[in-house]
Amino acid sequence: MSNSKFTRRGMLKTGAVAGAGVALPTIFTASSVAAYTNEPTGGSVTLGFNVPQTGPYADEGADELRAYQLAVEHLNGEGDGGMLNTFSSKELQGNGIMGKKVEFVTGDTQTKSDAARASAKSMIEKDGAVMITGGSSSGVAIAVQGLCQEAGVIFMAGLTHSNDTTGKDKKANGFRHFFNGYMSAAALAPVLKNLYGTDRNAYHLTADYTWGWTQEESIAAATEAMGWNTVNKVRTPLASTDFSSYIAPVLNSGADVLVLNHYGGNMVNSLTNAVQFGLREKIVNGKQFEIVVPLYSRLMAKGAGANVKGIHGSTNWHWSLQDDASKAFVKSFGTKYGFPPSQAAHTVYCQTLLYADAATRAGTFNPCGIGEALEGFEFDGLGNGKTLYRAGDHQCFKDVLVVRGKENPTSEFDLLEVVEVTPAAQVTYPIDHPMFAGGALGTCNAG
Amino acid sequence: MFGMNKNDTTMLLLVAVLTMLAPFILNPFPTDSGLAQFNAGYPDLMQRFVIFGIFAIGFNILFGLTGYLSFGHAAFLGVGSYSAVWMFKLLSMNVIPAILLSVAMAGVFALVIGYISLRRSGIYFSILTLAFAQMSFNLAYSVLTPITNGETGLQLTLNDPRILGVSQTADGSIPVTSLFGMEMRSTYEMVVGPWAFQFNVGYYLSALVLLAVFYLSIRIFRSPFGLMLRAVKSNQQRMNYTGLNTRPYTLAAFVISGMYAGLAGGLLASMDPLAGAERMQWTASGEVVLMTILGGAGTLIGPVLGAGFIKYFENIFSKINESVLHSWFSALPDGLEDLLVTLVYPFVGKGWHMTLGILFVLVVVFLPGGLVEGGQRITTWLRSKKADGNKPTSTTEPAE
Repeated sequence: MSNSKFTRRGMLKTGAVAGAGVALPTIFTASSVAAYTNEPTGGSVTLGFNVPQTGPYADEGADELRAYQLAVEHLNGEGDGGMLNTFSSKELQGNGIMGKKVEFVTGDTQTKSDAARASAKSMIEKDGAVMITGGSSSGVAIAVQGLCQEAGVIFMAGLTHSNDTTGKDKKANGFRHFFNGYMSAAALAPVLKNLYGTDRNAYHLTADYTWGWTQEESIAAATEAMGWNTVNKVRTPLASTDFSSYIAPVLNSGADVLVLNHYGGNMVNSLTNAVQFGLREKIVNGKQFEIVVPLYSRLMAKGAGANVKGIHGSTNWHWSLQDDASKAFVKSFGTKYGFPPSQAAHTVYCQTLLYADAATRAGTFNPCGIGEALEGFEFDGLGNGKTLYRAGDHQCFKDVLVVRGKENPTSEFDLLEVVEVTPAAQVTYPIDHPMFAGGALGTCNAG
Repeated sequence: MFGMNKNDTTMLLLVAVLTMLAPFILNPFPTDSGLAQFNAGYPDLMQRFVIFGIFAIGFNILFGLTGYLSFGHAAFLGVGSYSAVWMFKLLSMNVIPAILLSVAMAGVFALVIGYISLRRSGIYFSILTLAFAQMSFNLAYSVLTPITNGETGLQLTLNDPRILGVSQTADGSIPVTSLFGMEMRSTYEMVVGPWAFQFNVGYYLSALVLLAVFYLSIRIFRSPFGLMLRAVKSNQQRMNYTGLNTRPYTLAAFVISGMYAGLAGGLLASMDPLAGAERMQWTASGEVVLMTILGGAGTLIGPVLGAGFIKYFENIFSKINESVLHSWFSALPDGLEDLLVTLVYPFVGKGWHMTLGILFVLVVVFLPGGLVEGGQRITTWLRSKKADGNKPTSTTEPAE
């Protein structure tokens, strides 16, 4: 005997359940239909600003964040437009990117690869960032660049000076506007030759990670080529805050030049230690002892105070440059924050504009389209003169500034003076240069 | 069930339900609402929750049962990560061999370090483990750069051999970690109205591993071996006087706990194939101690709660920046808005450490048993309230 009863109520219930079942696919829409990772669908597009807010590069990170916020304002048509007005490409109209309002999320890299990747991942997975930018350490930049390649978003490198970022660790989704260790060496060597002669003994103190290694290699190669002798190369941990134990041996090494391959807080501390040990007053081998800081920034000069006077180094950009673009940028940054921007702020501002411009020219946020638009792109009006984004390694080629700590600063920001502007041609190298060999771009990944 | 009593079975089932439904539980707020900031249901953070849960469970086997406070457990996590990444570089992108090697390598390291450190107890033991961990960190950071790639961290490249796999995929990119073809990073996103829930393969693999090791930890807690470890905690001298050699037991606990840490390290590398030296730094070792104490040392579920708590703070609170605060308070008048932002800002964003520190102090002072004790107090309070309703005249008698 069957127990089934067809009642009106039962039929209605079954019908409702079945109806809900049929309706399910329309509620549960899989997002796999998107053409690429985090395709912006609404009226806004999210960028991820991943900078160190703690750790030895925190000052640089804070300045980068300021510049990012300024760039977002200018892209959205607020403020005075800054370098949008001087940029040679006129695609950006101040209406966001392709009419989509630019929004951003921030994260703290802690100057650690692990934390930086976790932060970048949460931006991609949670906040839907379509581009990640930042990094004030090459180790971090390389780690995040690798992550962005895997995740299928664009990485616009911030302050990263290691040869490896666009050398053996280069990635198709990663782009760098900043210069690198090789370029610093190529620009500095002739100046050092004129100043200190060809018969010198150099002692290197080097931050122990990818940036330090490649800059040390570049500087040593360039100085040895003009006749200098490298006495010793000592690696110091990035997290060190006291360098006295590394400075003391320099005194007895017979070296007459100290090269500090340090940046940020490291350089401030090591230079202060070196000056305290009286290195700058010493006469070794009948010659005045000299200190060289290959990568310089105004923030470091500020941290090290009077110790930087007369010390030479190289920099990507300096606020005292007198071209229209630099003046426009310094003006809008200064109006908003009350002091001039650092080179870190400049490079990340440029990177944000370059990304927005490339997306507009490509007509898409697809990383592959943006990659094509950036590769081989020649532009001007961003403060560095004529610049080329080389297609083969995603490195920008532009003039490099050699600077010196000013003897008589007129203000607390007027700490560096430009000694020479080394033309781009002099710092250009072939893609297969041995210092950059061993990696491959691979192909662009859209997720 | 599975040789456990009713309470333990309930707890395991509870953990199973929580981990399996985590994508829903952790994403309570609609994606485009202002509160979406507090959603934690994205793959990377969920993976971290369970992986650091595993790490803390393992640490708790040593600290919670024997009372030996190791300050160097991050070293095993790091060893596990490096082993796994090397496996991805040399053998294949399958996560199984990588995880097996991480557990084995961490076990070997734990055996060596434990054999030496366990000759002392108390503070001397803590300092010895700390010394070994710092040694490992410095080795990884500079001396062993050819193996660990120093501060940059060990990463996969396009020209790694990968004997059983491919060096690069057909389209010229680095292959991704997988379990027999299931990519760890692949995520299915389910959109229900304004909500979006993400189901990630890597997360579910980690969650299943968590359940397995949680079960193992329950069995260890309830076994005669576990009882022996508890005896070591309550009075080791007394045990020695009765002629019992406790060292094999403590060493076994140390090695097991080291292998848990290695497993966590291997899983971390499987989810994201990168190993950095900072994973071994003393702050990382301190973090697992915090997790265990915050959650409740010696309890089964406490360490998992503690791990989740700390990781949530690290990833969610650190991302609240000034402009987010301004958008929260934008409805208020300008002066008040700025005042509130100034007051709140030091506690979020880069100040998340401070908020976590304050909470930690509060927990240790008022809830010495950790979050678990807090939970227990609430249940007792609720029950007594219920009982009060039935018998309004009953008074609470002290137990002793």
